[in-house]
Amino acid sequence: MNDVNLEIQAGELVTILGPSGCGKTTTLRMIAGFEYPTSGSILIGGRDVAMIPPNKRGLSMVFQSYALFPHLSIYENVAYGLRVQRLPAQEIRERTERALELMQLTSMARRFPSQVSGGQQQRIALARAIVIEPSVLLFDEPLSNLDAKLREYMRDELRKLQKRLGITSLYVTHDQSEAMAISDRIVIMKDGCIQQVGTPREIYAYPHSKFVADFMGKANFINVNVLGMAGEAIGLGSRESAGEIAEAAELAVRIEMGGRQFIVPRPGAVAPKTGKALLVVRPEALKLVPLGESAGETNLSAEIARGSSGIPALKGRIDRFTYFGNIARYEVSTENAPLLIESYNPDASQILEEGASVGIIIDFESARLLPADERELRA
Amino acid sequence: MSEKTRFSIAHLVRDPVLLFLVLLVFTGLILFILFPLYKIFVYSITNNEGRLSFRAAIDIFTSKAYARPLGNSMLLGITTGVLATLIGYIFAYALTRTDIPLKGFFRTIATIPIISPPFILSLSMIFLFGRNGLITRKLLGIEDANVYGMHSLVVVQTISFFPIAYLTLTGTLSKLNPAVEDAALNLGASKARIFRTVTLPLSVPGILSSLLLVFIQSMEDFSNPAVISGSFSTLSVEAYRTITGMYDMRGGSLMALMLLAPTLLAFVLQKYWLAGKSFVTVTGKPTTARAQSRDPKLIWPLFAFCMLVATIIILFYGTVLVGAFVKIWGINFSFTWNHFKYVMTLGWQPLRNSVILALASTPIAGLLGMIIAFLVVRKEFPGKRAMEFVSMLTFAVPGTVVGIGYILAFNDKPFMWTGSAFLLIMAFTFRNMPVGIESGTSTLIQIDRSIEEASTILGATGAVTFRRISLPMLKQAFFSGLVYSFVRAMTAVSAVIFLISPRWNLATISIFSLFEASKYSDAAAYIVVMIVIIVVAIGGLNLVVGLLGNSGTVASGGNSERT
Repeated sequence: MNDVNLEIQAGELVTILGPSGCGKTTTLRMIAGFEYPTSGSILIGGRDVAMIPPNKRGLSMVFQSYALFPHLSIYENVAYGLRVQRLPAQEIRERTERALELMQLTSMARRFPSQVSGGQQQRIALARAIVIEPSVLLFDEPLSNLDAKLREYMRDELRKLQKRLGITSLYVTHDQSEAMAISDRIVIMKDGCIQQVGTPREIYAYPHSKFVADFMGKANFINVNVLGMAGEAIGLGSRESAGEIAEAAELAVRIEMGGRQFIVPRPGAVAPKTGKALLVVRPEALKLVPLGESAGETNLSAEIARGSSGIPALKGRIDRFTYFGNIARYEVSTENAPLLIESYNPDASQILEEGASVGIIIDFESARLLPADERELRA
Repeated sequence: MSEKTRFSIAHLVRDPVLLFLVLLVFTGLILFILFPLYKIFVYSITNNEGRLSFRAAIDIFTSKAYARPLGNSMLLGITTGVLATLIGYIFAYALTRTDIPLKGFFRTIATIPIISPPFILSLSMIFLFGRNGLITRKLLGIEDANVYGMHSLVVVQTISFFPIAYLTLTGTLSKLNPAVEDAALNLGASKARIFRTVTLPLSVPGILSSLLLVFIQSMEDFSNPAVISGSFSTLSVEAYRTITGMYDMRGGSLMALMLLAPTLLAFVLQKYWLAGKSFVTVTGKPTTARAQSRDPKLIWPLFAFCMLVATIIILFYGTVLVGAFVKIWGINFSFTWNHFKYVMTLGWQPLRNSVILALASTPIAGLLGMIIAFLVVRKEFPGKRAMEFVSMLTFAVPGTVVGIGYILAFNDKPFMWTGSAFLLIMAFTFRNMPVGIESGTSTLIQIDRSIEEASTILGATGAVTFRRISLPMLKQAFFSGLVYSFVRAMTAVSAVIFLISPRWNLATISIFSLFEASKYSDAAAYIVVMIVIIVVAIGGLNLVVGLLGNSGTVASGGNSERT
């Protein structure tokens, strides 16, 4: 673990997202007190807890395996934290019953954990964690043991509850869609280092590194040359909503790709001002057109010079086509790089066959630029 | 010192309960396990003036009189090991892999020798095959049958120790992944071929483990050779006779060392070498019910074999039961209560002592076993590996060695404890912990660590977590630890024979004296009473442990058998 600096606001839900072994669980367990940092400090509400044992930190945690007490009834599981605090019997009963009711567990309070379903076990774990009104609630991949449908349902329930109770939460997962759905902010980690911190939208729309772009959703990377600023040529006012993202104010740049010039209106904060760069485009920001249907090749340069995005920027051939129902996925080889292209609602448009020659239209509005060499960025 | 060690020490200091427990356990282990062994070792290589001298050691190792018991003990250990493992394997295979009838009956039969008092099988041997033996004299008309010797010892020890082999091998056979055998079957191998090429090779670690465990038990055994070995002298008995008969303490301790060496070696092999070779898949997940063989050509021979073993066991135990009620075995078979009257009068005090001391040591041993298992599996502190090794060591240290070590260690200032109830309780406690530790450890490894972490983060201290979460989940392991401690304390002979005093005489030692005086029917009555006490105590312990998990909770209705 190296240089992990993270600040969480009260009432916020922050997710640590990363591949397995990236240090996200270790970070969580250090905050919980089950593991010890060799240096640095952990402050909760301004108090340094590094030397405080886990049972005195006033936290609570929802474990990946739920970690319910198998020999105690559901009621006793939920009441456990209150009993340990030796609260008056009356208060224990009231608070336990309230928590059970909140999680819709009242009817099964006398049963044992092994007698209820996975989703119910999950709710017991949550009830047990919130009943003690922790200063921070920690989640260690709490949904990974549920099946896909239930996972989505519980995810939404969990977010609703967290917002309603306003509990400051730190959530660990390796599932990026889960992170997107529930987080106020996401922390991307890799090899014990924080890669990027931001709102789900910032992270997805403005990745700061190839790793983040690749890890959050899918991304295509195309080698390009940055020629210089193109600020005055492009108006920025067209998308007001982008204003909430600070980076949207970056100035447009002109790039060279495959011998032709294009304009990237929002290249992102880490875009190089000049020289080699990586163009990042999401699969959904690419569109395929059968060659020959578009305007003649000869007109292309003129259109591009005006920054038009309705014109194919690249040519390629479809290597593979996969149909998923809601999307069609094409793997296309081009001169520059192999590309992944996803077309939504594919049945509404023409489906292109494998082997077909195609033109690729890039939506440069949502394309970003990264430095060509990743290591420079990290330094 | 690594960062981790530094933090584990820092953690220890901040958790006073943990620190206290670790220190307490270490003190106990050093004082009652290592210190006596050290005393034997030092005593063996010094002379009467306390100077370093190998005189006694050289005398012993060059003397034929001492080489023989060692050879005999080794021969006996190996023979018994092979036979018991063979029977145990057939039993385990029949009960786990085939659909033979009366499984419950066979399982019960196979546990009886484990929980029965000592001397009982030897006594049956004498009743059945002795000079006035029912079979030798009455049935076959042999006048001068000699029941004393290695042949009887092998029979008696094989029956006594095959349950250890059976339990070890049941564990191995039932945990082998059935998919491996299914795969072989799927590839077209015949059943016999699968057994030869898959099942048997995969159970080799279990077989070796069973051989070593039985070997240790056989070497350690004092009670059987003491009464039935005749001129076939074994180390454990010879060490005792050297000390009590010839007052040669140094010779006795040297023999104790000779006894310790092979058992210790076998223990280290079993625990450290074999452990790494196991093919058993420890997933903690219950394997799916395997298809059991219904082939009549396999089932009926196996059934016949198991039935034969069961019949022999019933015959042996039944003989002692009958023997307790007849006037003079082999001469006058009329019914009498006299032997029980003897037990209730002259034999009453030792019996009461045995029960008191067993009851006193059982909870200590059981709890200490759970605490050590908990510390070793769940906590980080310096010296953890050493604690684990030393606490399991007692399993490999023969009782005779413990007895001699305790005399040497605790007969002098500052520990003048020989003959006291305290020392007997400590001997029981530290000798009888390993089963509790073993079952506690294997249970804890299977229990998700985060269950305890959940308790911690909800605000519970280490002690509260142990009492309210870990211990109830360890209920089964705790129970087997308690039962084992109680039974072993009640039935101990080899260690305590050196430690008893007129005030604290024990039942088993009284039985031994009755043997020496050839009062076999009195001994039989004594043994029957002990069996009754043991059975009642196991039932009582079951009840107590059953209450343990559900105490002090308001809304926990019903029993949590599903853990």
